[in-house]
Amino acid sequence: MEALIPVPVVLPLLAVGLKLAIGQRLRRLQALISVGTLTVVLLVSLVLLFAADQQGPLVAHAGGWGAPIGIALVADRLSTLMLAVSSAVTLCVMIYSLAQSWADQEYKASLSIFHPAYLIMVAGVSDAFLSGDLFNLFVGFEMLLGGSYVLLTFGGTESRIRAGATYTVIGLASSLLFLVAIAVAYGATGTVSMAQLAERFSVLPQHVRLLVELTLLLVFVVKAAIFPMSAWLPDSYPTAPAPATALFAGLLTKVGVYSIIRLEALLFPGGPVGDILMWAALLTMLVGVLGAVAQTDIKRMLSFTLVSHIGYMVFGVALFSVQGMAGAIFYVAHHITVQTSLFLVTGMIERRTGTTSLDGLGGLAKLTPVIAVLFFVPAMNLAGIPPMSGFLGKLGLIQAGVADGGPMALTLVAGGLVTSLLTLYAVATTWNKAFWRVPPAGMVTEGGTVLETQEDGDGADPKPAAEAAGEAIVTSVTMPKLMFVSTAALVALALSFTVLAGPLSALSERAAAELLAREPYISAVLGGER
Amino acid sequence: MTAPVLPLLVVAVLVAAGVTLLLERSLVRLLAGVILLSNGVNLLILTVGGPPGEPPILGVSDPERMADPLPQAMVLTSIVITLGVTAFLLAMIHRSWQLTGADEVQDDTEDRQVRLRARQGELSQAVLDRQAAYQQLVREQRAELARLEEEHHEWERREAEELEQRILDVNVDLGRWLQEHKNDGLSAERLAERFAEAQQAEDVSKEGRERRLREVRAEFARRQREQAAREREIRKRLRARQRDARRQMRAAIREDRARQARAEDPELEGED
Repeated sequence: MEALIPVPVVLPLLAVGLKLAIGQRLRRLQALISVGTLTVVLLVSLVLLFAADQQGPLVAHAGGWGAPIGIALVADRLSTLMLAVSSAVTLCVMIYSLAQSWADQEYKASLSIFHPAYLIMVAGVSDAFLSGDLFNLFVGFEMLLGGSYVLLTFGGTESRIRAGATYTVIGLASSLLFLVAIAVAYGATGTVSMAQLAERFSVLPQHVRLLVELTLLLVFVVKAAIFPMSAWLPDSYPTAPAPATALFAGLLTKVGVYSIIRLEALLFPGGPVGDILMWAALLTMLVGVLGAVAQTDIKRMLSFTLVSHIGYMVFGVALFSVQGMAGAIFYVAHHITVQTSLFLVTGMIERRTGTTSLDGLGGLAKLTPVIAVLFFVPAMNLAGIPPMSGFLGKLGLIQAGVADGGPMALTLVAGGLVTSLLTLYAVATTWNKAFWRVPPAGMVTEGGTVLETQEDGDGADPKPAAEAAGEAIVTSVTMPKLMFVSTAALVALALSFTVLAGPLSALSERAAAELLAREPYISAVLGGER
Repeated sequence: MTAPVLPLLVVAVLVAAGVTLLLERSLVRLLAGVILLSNGVNLLILTVGGPPGEPPILGVSDPERMADPLPQAMVLTSIVITLGVTAFLLAMIHRSWQLTGADEVQDDTEDRQVRLRARQGELSQAVLDRQAAYQQLVREQRAELARLEEEHHEWERREAEELEQRILDVNVDLGRWLQEHKNDGLSAERLAERFAEAQQAEDVSKEGRERRLREVRAEFARRQREQAAREREIRKRLRARQRDARRQMRAAIREDRARQARAEDPELEGED
């Protein structure tokens, strides 16, 4: 069983190498490799999830070097649950993007750039989830960030380069800060293995511990886009290609949240930063959702709700109880699927009408009823309409907050309710404008209309590269079936969290209990060396 | 173990310079900042790894005097990663220069639109507020006028009542007086004479009263005219100020648009 643990990291990387070797020939084989890899990763992570739930944390020592010297990959309940949900999402998004590029006949860039970057990102996400080593976590982050830099600037259009500049610099700055934190932690304890760090931090002087904790926390807060470090996200995500945005929204910030959970539960249990996290959670929720209310573009509105709902997860972590952690874990699983499916549907709207601006949309419910249903269900799920999983996740967190009973926790409960209402307001406004009202004049409903969203590059500089500067969107009436199928599968996955809410929340509670106990993780990794 | 002061000092200088450059808008300076910063951080990792020692190879050197190999491995990894990302950043800067001819981080157009909309809202809100304030003022003035009018009517009515009362009193007096004198046996001629005298006196006082009433009426009309003139003046000022406010708003919106157009012009990006 331990031999399976490296598969989610190694297999996508091998696939990338294979695909680059094949080049641009054999399109069907290429597609098969991508989908096959992600399917295998999904199956492996499901197997790991069941095994970790049955047997406790599983550990693989890379290269046969035992902990704490070698690199350990640890599959406990939390990491395998995250891994399973994220693999399901990556598979669906890959099928969606394949369907789109096959329908648009854009094989070249898709096969030689999009797929490798995508798979490297998947490997990075898996590595970050499975890593039992602080430096390996950094490497995982770098892998997923490197992939995301390429995906975000895909095509090299002006708007994407603009967004990419901000995004890349933010990513780099936070990564360098991560290295500083690792250096300080290593200098203080002489190890980067998380299990050993967890033991050694407890005997360190308070101020050194706090320094390391706050530096690491700052890094993960930037990655998870928590207020006040969230401004970069709504600026950069909406410009990327729809499948990439969907994947970023679903996974990247959640890796940050996962790291915060790991950091707070394993390395620094019961530290003094709980109050800071509570404030950050409250402000993230409120500032994010107020931003969402003000937007007139669906993608930007969704990016702001993404920021806002990260606040719920941080709230759960900050409570530092089994109930709170379990609520946060459940919410992460729910939010990954819902947010991704919303961005995928928005991609379909853009493909159909050439725009995602609410000023230029209307009457979509009549025009494309299937898209309308696919948007409506996850949108209501996001807002937390009973009995969907969004409601259950918020309910769990609110119960945990009330059980905590502190004034700050109760304030956060109130803030969470307000945020939920405002989210409903934001998505309902979007629904009314884009789907219900009479279509505005000038809305494109015919297929094959070419929309120049940007001006071409400088006329005085007619390089071939500059010709591609204008990002032309071709609207299309026929939507590939697979795009519908993959989006519908994600929507159904989110709905299945409602049906399976009992087992899933029981699983998150077991994961939270295991996390807070710490002992299973530490003894599984260090084993006989203690 | 004493802290290695010199390497840490170098780390501090590198990091400080890197962060300063990172805060620039120019993309090439950003790149230089990233390179300096990453060098500083790599040096920090090496420094915290402990003092230098012999190569960590078993059988070649004494394990007691070996250098810690782990920081070196970590630094190698981080150098490779930074190299890759730096290359990517360089390519992106080149692409940005190809597209916009500028070496600067561009503003987000959506953000600008949201800002512009907020500014428009503020301005029209200000115009509405001012309008409401003037309307309130006009309403107050009108109420004041109505109150004055009411007061004046009241005063007139009271005056007339008083007058009637006095006429009544005089008549009663006259009757009593007539009765008395009839009883005294006065001649009708004398009576008529006395009566005429009394009538004359009465007439004089009545005339005085009427004159006063006329004066009061004239005064009231004058006040009303003044009031109306004041109201006209206020309305005129109100209209002028509204015109001003609208003109200001239009100018501000035009200016914002111009600024936006300027900002979208890549040649001028970031100079304001």
